[in-house]
Amino acid sequence: MAGSRGRGRSQFTFNVDALGFGRGDSLPTSAQTPSPLFPPMQFRPVPLQTGEEVDYMLALKQELRASSKNLPFHIKAARTKTDVARYSDKYQNGELKNNCIEWSPDWSRMPKELCIKVRKPRKTAIGAKPQLKQKPKVAAKKEEVLQKLETLEKREEEQHSEEEEDEEKKKQNDEEEGPDADEDYDEEEIEDVRKKNHYNLIDNILQSLWCRHLRISFFLRFFQTQKEMSYVKKNIFFCVPQSKESHMV
Amino acid sequence: MLENHIVEINNVNKQMTAQEVRLCGLLLQEHFGDVVEKVGTHLIRSGVLTLRALAHETKLPLDLVKKSLCVLMQHGMCAFGAGRRGPAGPVEYHIICERILHMLRYPRYIYTAKSLYGDTGELIVEEILQRGQMTMSSTVKTVADRLTHNMPEGQSMDYSEVVSAFSRLVETHFLQRCPPMASAESSSSGADNTPLPAVTQPTEPEDHPECYKLPYINLTGQGKRRRSSEDGEADPRAAKKAKTDSSERGDEGIYWQVNFQRFHLHFRDQAIISAVSCKLDQTSSEIVRTMLRMSEVTTPTHAAFTQALSANEIFRALPSSYNIARPILDQYLTLLVDDPMEFVGKTGDSGGGMYVVNLHRALANLARATLESVVQERFGSRSARIFRLLLRKRHLEQKQVEDFAMVPAKEAKDMLYTLLSENLVQLQEIPKTPDYAPSRTFYLYTVNQLPTARLLLQHCYKTVGNLIERRLYETKENKRLLEKSQRIEAILASLQATGAEAAQLTEVEEMITAPERQQLESLRHHINKLDSSENQVDETIFLLESYINSTQAPR
Repeated sequence: MAGSRGRGRSQFTFNVDALGFGRGDSLPTSAQTPSPLFPPMQFRPVPLQTGEEVDYMLALKQELRASSKNLPFHIKAARTKTDVARYSDKYQNGELKNNCIEWSPDWSRMPKELCIKVRKPRKTAIGAKPQLKQKPKVAAKKEEVLQKLETLEKREEEQHSEEEEDEEKKKQNDEEEGPDADEDYDEEEIEDVRKKNHYNLIDNILQSLWCRHLRISFFLRFFQTQKEMSYVKKNIFFCVPQSKESHMV
Repeated sequence: MLENHIVEINNVNKQMTAQEVRLCGLLLQEHFGDVVEKVGTHLIRSGVLTLRALAHETKLPLDLVKKSLCVLMQHGMCAFGAGRRGPAGPVEYHIICERILHMLRYPRYIYTAKSLYGDTGELIVEEILQRGQMTMSSTVKTVADRLTHNMPEGQSMDYSEVVSAFSRLVETHFLQRCPPMASAESSSSGADNTPLPAVTQPTEPEDHPECYKLPYINLTGQGKRRRSSEDGEADPRAAKKAKTDSSERGDEGIYWQVNFQRFHLHFRDQAIISAVSCKLDQTSSEIVRTMLRMSEVTTPTHAAFTQALSANEIFRALPSSYNIARPILDQYLTLLVDDPMEFVGKTGDSGGGMYVVNLHRALANLARATLESVVQERFGSRSARIFRLLLRKRHLEQKQVEDFAMVPAKEAKDMLYTLLSENLVQLQEIPKTPDYAPSRTFYLYTVNQLPTARLLLQHCYKTVGNLIERRLYETKENKRLLEKSQRIEAILASLQATGAEAAQLTEVEEMITAPERQQLESLRHHINKLDSSENQVDETIFLLESYINSTQAPR
């Protein structure tokens, strides 16, 4: 009240005891900083529950988390390539594309505007027909080239260790399975697949040949078409395996 | 039509708190990746958006947004409806947040299915949870294949067994049909207005009369053992193949989803039974379990108490292993009714006494026990005593608190102020005079159970968010080490498959040094602990959510 300002200034207007501390007690200091991010705890937390049920649910949780990353519902944005554009990009497999969906939802239950092309999965053996056609062809081509290589080897009288042979065989096997497994059974792409197999084969031969330190001019003879030759020349530096012994003769 | 639209908007505008949005984002990222997380969180924050607006605001390519929406809709987390401009305008999408939060509880659902229906039931529920919705035939095939894969060589799982497990799940309402979409008449929107409330209100699938009707399918055969070379088989192939087959099997277009509501009722019952067994004894909990089992089908979902059961009925329905005499049963029932927790109530005297289980009151008591336990573990038993006092006595002055709690004045003041600063206790001013003068006002301390429960629920959401973030941080910190150990395991596995000698194996194993091994071990221990904590906090979340939902008026 205005009237009592001069008098009774030292009196509080309310009953001080209600606050819980008496006159003259030191007030706690005001806080200078915000409270710490991890304030010290007065009491230790109660330990977690244990038991078979708890362990089972824990295992379930971790399993679900791991498997959900492999399901087609886990959507990753397609990476934009930033480095040099390569000729083999066109024929290389399985980069994610934004405009395909990897599973087939029931479109009748969704609005039409969400409809996207369903991409057929790559690693399957459903399209048996194109695969059968490819195998003998690829095998036949390989046989030819291998024979030519053998004769070349004998002419050069190069020493090659057993390891290199094994390595090369393994590589060839891998490469053989590679294009087969990566096939798309979309009919439009069979032509591309054949080409891709072909270029994979070339890559493979280049790698194996570098192991044997042969002249470039020799193996350029094997490539008939202009396209193949230009491809080989372009990719010569990229196909070299990182071994100390490789050098151009 | 217009009323349906308005109802839909009301349900859509349920505001999500910041912690809930954060947790939803983390869960979406964990299960579906960054793209879906970005789309989902933006849609949660904005409420309702069209496809174009969403793509524009998130600055993502349109195709990615479409894919994310498809994923969310497949899992029932996103729903669409006619937009503001009516059926002629673009379709609008909104997120159903609680479905995203249910992802935290998936292990619990699967474990419950396992305990009730064995491994077959467990796998069925797991498949349907992971894929959102599935037809019956595709589920049966996938589960049979998975079971066959785990069986010893030469045996395989017959489809009929899986079908019977599926039927049992549907009969007990754990699985339900997805609400059907009306056929698209206009080209712009895929669904007309009729089923729109069906996807926004969770009880709507039950309004469909055939919700739990099994389709007739002619599915015979056995599960196929997958060869190891086919292990890399992408799931779309199986789903696509199954889809084309299901049209031959006769259940095309009939999709099944998990009925979360039913699982929640089951969890609630479990909580009540375990509370009774802790407070009283095993036999009382068996009686309550019998009562709940008998009233499973007759009790509506949001009922405050079960249907009245007479003591005679309860006596007949008790499991035969419990050989208690009739007068003993009466004594137990009297004990249950007299217990201050009020789990069971007596509503009449006919038939030897009519008894009900007080569901809402039981939930309220469980929530109260949770709050008290939280205060006790955080602030000590004396603060807990003050808290319990305030819960019971509603409003108390400072002096009264000290007296009733038998705590010295200074400490009582200290504890009260700590609780006040944590917002667990509120101060109520009651003026004697209209000018609120401090000397002439009563200051009373009070605790309100419902707002405190809501506060604690938000704390729980924040806790789970923190746990997930910490786990991601730990994994990221040790990424190099984890990758190395994975590579070495892969090498070991391939070496063992090709039959290498023990010397080679040990050589490869030694590529991980001993301190690295220790680091890996402690990392695994930490991650297990964090995961386990998430599961446990989720139990508290469930209790508090059930309590809060029970206090709200049924929609």
